[in-house]
Amino acid sequence: MEPLKPSAAGALPRIDTWPRKLLLAVALGYLTLFLALPVAFILIQALAKGWQAYLAPLRDPAALAAVKLTLYAAALAVPLNLVFGVAAAWCIAKFEFKGKTALIALIDLPLTISPVISGLMFVLIFGLQGWLGPWLGGHNISIIFAAPGIALATVFVTLPFVARELIPLMAERGKDDEEASVLLGADGWQTFWLVTLPGIKWGLFYGVVLSAARAIGEFGAVSMVSGHIRGRTNTLTLHVETLYNEYNMTAAFAVSSLLVLLALFTLAAQALISAREEAGGRGEIL
Amino acid sequence: MKQPRKPGVIPGFGLCLGYTLSYLGLLVLVPLAALIIKSAGLDWAWFLHTVTEPRVLAAYRLSFLASFIAAGINVVFGAVAAWVLVRYQFPGRRLLNAVVDLPFALPTAVSGIALTALCSPGGWIGGLAAPLGIKIAFTQLGVIIALTFISLPFVIRALQPAIKDLDPAVEEAARVLGASPAQTFLRVIVPSLAPALLTGFTLAFARALGEYGSVIFISGNMPHKTEIAPLLIAVKLEQYDVAGAAAIAVVMMAAAFTLLVSINLLQRRNLHGTA
Repeated sequence: MEPLKPSAAGALPRIDTWPRKLLLAVALGYLTLFLALPVAFILIQALAKGWQAYLAPLRDPAALAAVKLTLYAAALAVPLNLVFGVAAAWCIAKFEFKGKTALIALIDLPLTISPVISGLMFVLIFGLQGWLGPWLGGHNISIIFAAPGIALATVFVTLPFVARELIPLMAERGKDDEEASVLLGADGWQTFWLVTLPGIKWGLFYGVVLSAARAIGEFGAVSMVSGHIRGRTNTLTLHVETLYNEYNMTAAFAVSSLLVLLALFTLAAQALISAREEAGGRGEIL
Repeated sequence: MKQPRKPGVIPGFGLCLGYTLSYLGLLVLVPLAALIIKSAGLDWAWFLHTVTEPRVLAAYRLSFLASFIAAGINVVFGAVAAWVLVRYQFPGRRLLNAVVDLPFALPTAVSGIALTALCSPGGWIGGLAAPLGIKIAFTQLGVIIALTFISLPFVIRALQPAIKDLDPAVEEAARVLGASPAQTFLRVIVPSLAPALLTGFTLAFARALGEYGSVIFISGNMPHKTEIAPLLIAVKLEQYDVAGAAAIAVVMMAAAFTLLVSINLLQRRNLHGTA
């Protein structure tokens, strides 16, 4: 029987016995195989034919159009869901009311619905055979198979992220500070900007990073409403799909590498913020 | 006016709740209603026929089975990974902990093409498996691999706080009282982690059920063989069969919700049982 380690907090055991070595090896193998390998593969494939071959697909007009459309959708989705997230977190974290659990479940709903179904729902409203389809057609407004539909689907799938970051954070901070601020004569906006916001800014920042990353990376939902017109209704991820289906692997991986960098930036932001939280005594994950 | 601790002292409740409800109503409830009303308006016999076609049934079967296996794989290896990440000190631990969320952060289409190219016969992994007579890309095995990848973070993230809360002193007590390592593991550690494991499994399973982007490249999408249910929804829509797409979507959604709700109830019963 191995000697038992003292269970003092912070004194984690070293990897000194073979069961521990085995466990570490299994964990490392599993995470490397599933996480490191795909990322390394994308970057290597993207650069396999040299810098010229790497940069050419990024300068392609269709790629630039995809970047523009993606940024347009994200630029709409992120601010809308930022305002929504703050409003939702304010009433959920600072007040008691009936149906709060149901409200939180409703906010989480876009996360549990398959992206394909999310896209389909907007087709059912705005599509040709949808509720508003005939009216929109009569007025020459296109939403499905056009940029507005892509933006709508993006707003839907990124809706929960800011709210989900802020609700636990604001609930944990309690309402004493806000109450004191109001009792001392500040109005609601002053209280929010000067008292609440400084305490939640990092959570807010991370919520925005997550929303933006998801908005830029969304595939299933936008694929249902896009129509896949190259250079017109392709977002970055749809452009990757198009390139891949044309067997243009170097280009597909080159465009993918941009999205990989975005993912790595997201992870770095998260690591930074959780390190700050740990330093501030908050060790909650997710 | 100055009553300390008066519950209604903070302003903005009406405004924020009103805005939250209108926003959710417009963006979540109306689309959801569109789907439900559309499928409720379908002819019942036609609906049944559509959702029980052999091709559709095969897709449901693959979606459920592959998601179940993927979530199972993640329970086993995710538990080891979570344990190592929380309990052991080794160089690179923080980095490893940070990259666990990669499947959330990486766009699914990008994961999809990377896994496909890796696992096809010319790729790094497919090339190793091919001489053994194992085909990964464009088979059901490929579907499982993709679903394992995208649902990887759930079990680890659900387990980590639970392992952190596990007091090593309890394990020491078990050992001192004469339990073997295996007994300590089965009788002490597993029961206290079971609720978190179940949560992680359910989240992973639910996510895998609805997954689309990372699967459609590696699966090859052969009808009756490697078609997942979300793909069928997309296929129906491409054929302008909006009603068919809605019918399959409603069945998938009902299945996912039933699953989530029943796990939730089970968890609550467990909680009350031990309290």
